Formats: sequence, structure tokens, C-alpha cells
Amino acid sequence: MSSAPLLEVRGLNAWYGESHVLHGVDLDIREGETVTLLGRNGAGKTTTLRAIMGILRRREGVIRLRGKDLLSLPLHKVAQAGIGYVPEERGIFASLSVSENLILPPTVSDSGMSVEEIYTLFPNLYERRSSQGTKLSGGEQQMLAIARVLRTGAKIILLDEPTEGLAPVIVQRIGDVLVALKERGMTILLVEQNFRFAKKVADRFYLMEDGRMVNSFPGHELDARMNELHEVLGV
Amino acid sequence: MNTIFGIPTPALYGQVLIGLINGSFYAMLSLGLAVIFGLLRVINFAHGAQYMLGAFAAYLLLNYAGVNYWLALVLAPLVVGVIAVVIERTMLSRLYGVDHLYGLLLTFGLALILEGAFRYWFGAAGQPYAAPSQLSGGVNLGFMFLPIYRGWVVIASLVICIGTWLLIEKTRLGAYLRAATENATLVQAFGVNVPLLLTLTYGLGAALAALAGVLAAPIYQVSPLMGSNLIIIVFAVVVVGGMGSILGAIVTGYVLGVLEGLTKVFYPEASSIVIFVVMAIVLLVRPAGLFGREE
Repeated sequence: MSSAPLLEVRGLNAWYGESHVLHGVDLDIREGETVTLLGRNGAGKTTTLRAIMGILRRREGVIRLRGKDLLSLPLHKVAQAGIGYVPEERGIFASLSVSENLILPPTVSDSGMSVEEIYTLFPNLYERRSSQGTKLSGGEQQMLAIARVLRTGAKIILLDEPTEGLAPVIVQRIGDVLVALKERGMTILLVEQNFRFAKKVADRFYLMEDGRMVNSFPGHELDARMNELHEVLGV
Repeated sequence: MNTIFGIPTPALYGQVLIGLINGSFYAMLSLGLAVIFGLLRVINFAHGAQYMLGAFAAYLLLNYAGVNYWLALVLAPLVVGVIAVVIERTMLSRLYGVDHLYGLLLTFGLALILEGAFRYWFGAAGQPYAAPSQLSGGVNLGFMFLPIYRGWVVIASLVICIGTWLLIEKTRLGAYLRAATENATLVQAFGVNVPLLLTLTYGLGAALAALAGVLAAPIYQVSPLMGSNLIIIVFAVVVVGGMGSILGAIVTGYVLGVLEGLTKVFYPEASSIVIFVVMAIVLLVRPAGLFGREE
């Protein structure tokens, strides 16, 4: 593929208050690709997602979506430019019902899934649509957090550790959903600690250490690089 | 004459009615305070002044522009809402990043300036504002005499409170407001213009106070200090109901109003402190308030 990347990050630096947490991060994601960020806890994976979204405000460098600069936009314009965000803590609202949580994010294009399609993909959510959002199980909350951004018609979704703390059967289910999304042409930037899960969906990997990108390789090289990865990740 | 617990029933009903009227104002004002506090985390000390502005807007509209009560019910909240939007954009919004105390100090200062200015222009004495002719007079309910305007205020306040509650609990805009109250950053990261939502919320809260002020004008006199007399009680109502709880503010407003009225009948000496006694007890037993969630 020779086309320009959908999401392009160049020399991204970011700070939490006075502490410099990202050091010149480069990242490219082409349309339809699933890219996974690997790295130890504290390597800067979540921070990279938060900096791209603009939740972390103190940034320098270049972030472009289809060539359009995101760095200068106010926070709410970033989602409107076409990025969907699924935070690590899932961010399900307790004062909203499941269906209210689902339709909360405004649509950003008309290419999103309809509520009916989403309920077909996640039948549990349909059954529990009138429940309070936070009364769902952890797995259901994760499904809801993913479902929520599918409705908006975002071109790319940023997924932060979707399998964290979930039972294997739920992890399997979320893997199936991501594969289905890939087949629909969705572009995904994934932060994930679970290799087996990431291997199933990722086209490419980036490896982060101490707020820097230290390596990147295609998905099929994962097995061959296991020893090297174990060393960097300390797993 | 009929009596209940040795109290003549007309006196009892009369005080319950007065309690309901006062409760109507407590509910409408604490509702606006609760909405503002929930989303902006600002304790809006200017709320009493905004209520006073509403009453004065009605008074000035009538006396200088010949605008009648019914039109004032729409125009006064609109004018005060716009003023509040300007205050939020130019001043209050600069304080969101710092300690909540600064928002309190700013709104407290604004209240003092507004009340001082109106006292300078109109004096501390109240100005009369006549109830509209359609609502003057009264009806005999058999067990008591009901001034029509007072009945109207109770019904209007119920409609306003229920309408606001429905707006927050049942609409998409209300869902944004509830979600942003929990996690404003995430709601904004989803593409909702949260700064605009904050501005509108402050404007809406102030407009509610002004609407209460117009309703109050024919009952209490229109005076520069009418708000500051009321606002301390309203803060107590908000604390009892639970900071930020919409339903808590409404229910507590009416209940404490009636409780205050009943105290005037059974033990008048305590009537001016009963609400604060309730507040102290609630703070001891349930610090988050009767309807509040522990954080």
C-alpha cells in the first residue's frame, strides 16, 4: 500500500505536568489496519492514546488524521474528526442506562452501525438495555464501551487494553468482535498486554519503552521475536 | 371550631399553604443550584442575586416598558440567563482549573455587587408588584380561603420542577449533562462540546432563579435583598437533599417548606431555625444528604 497513512504521528512529545512522558513518538496506521502497541506498564502506551485524543493537552509534534492536523483542535473536535476512544477504565456512566450510554457519543459520520446492528452483535446489551450502565459485568461494560464508538461512524478506534481483567471466554468474544470489525474495514489502534489476543487481530506491532518507540514489525513475525519481546517486556 | 392537636384547623391549613409557597421557592432555587453545582462544581452564591434580578426585571419591564406579568415570565429569565452566560464566558470559565473556592468567591462578590447596585438605585425598601388581574382574588375551598395567585405559584413551581427533572432525566441533552457531571473529560473526548454545555447550564440555572423571582414578585416585595434573605435557607435545602441531586433538591425544598410552616403552628419559636436543625442532623447521620450518593 502506497497511500498516505490514515493516522500519522511524528515526533510526539507529551508532558504530565512537569514530567516529560513521551519522547518523539512516531506511529503510522494505514486505513483498515490493526496496529498494536506493546510495552511494559508505564512505557507510555495509554499516554500515547490519550495524547492522540487530546485528553493529555501538553503536547508537541505532529498528529494528523487523513492529513488534517489534530494537535491544534479542542478536545471535542478530535472525536468529530473521526476518532473513537475506548478508555482503559471503560468509562461507563453510572447515571445513564445501557441504551443511554450506547447513544451518548454524537455520530461523526453516517458510516456507523445502527443501534439494531449493534444489538445484533451484542445481544447481552440488548437484554440489559434498561439497566444502569455500571450494573453490567466487567465484560459487558467492555462490550458497551466498544459498541458505543461503533455507532458514531469513527474512521479509527483507539482501544486501551480491552481484555484487561476479563475471563478467557469474554476475551475470546471480544477477539471475535475485533475480527468482525476488521472485516468491515475498521482501522484499530490497540494497546494490549495479552499476546495471544493481540496476535489474532494485529497486522503490525509497535514496541514502546520509556516513552519511546523502540521497534516495529509485522504481525507474522511475532512468534519469531518472542524471546526478544520477553526480554523487553519482562513477561 | 375544629382543632387538630389543639390547633384551629384554618390556622393549620394556612401555615401549610405558606409552607408550600415557601417550599416552592426553595425547590425552584435549590434545583438550579444543584444543576449548576453538579456539572460546574461551582457553589453559585450569585443565585439569590439572580433571583432578585428576575423580580426586578419584571418590575422594571412593567413600570418602564409596560410589559405585563405573563410576558415578563418569559423575558426576565431570558435577560438574566443571557447575563449569566456572559458572566460564565468572561469570568467563571477561567476558574474551572483552580480550587472550587475561587468560583464561590467570585459568585459571592458578584452577588454583593448586584445587591449593592440595586440598593443604591432603588433603596432597601421593597417595591410593590401587583399580581395580574387574571390571578387576583381567591376561592373558598370550604376548609380554607385560597388566594388564587398562591395556588398558581404552587402549581407553576411544580410544573417547572417536573419539567426540569424530565429535561435532565429523559432527554439527550440531559444525558450529556448527567454524563459530564460524572466525567466531563471523557464526554468531551466523545465529541460533545462540554464548554458550551457548561455555559448553557449556568445560563439555565440562572434563568430558573429569575423565573422564581418573577413568580415571587407579587407575593414578596421586589427588594434588593430578597435573594440574600432566601439563599442561605436554599443552601441548607441543597445540603439536606444532597449536593448535586436534582430530585433531592426538589423534594427537600417542598418538604422543608411545609415543615417550616408546621413549626410555625406547633412551636413558633423554632420556626426560623428548624431547617438548619434538620441540616445539622442530616450532616451528622448522612453527610452526603438524603438523596446524595457517597463519593
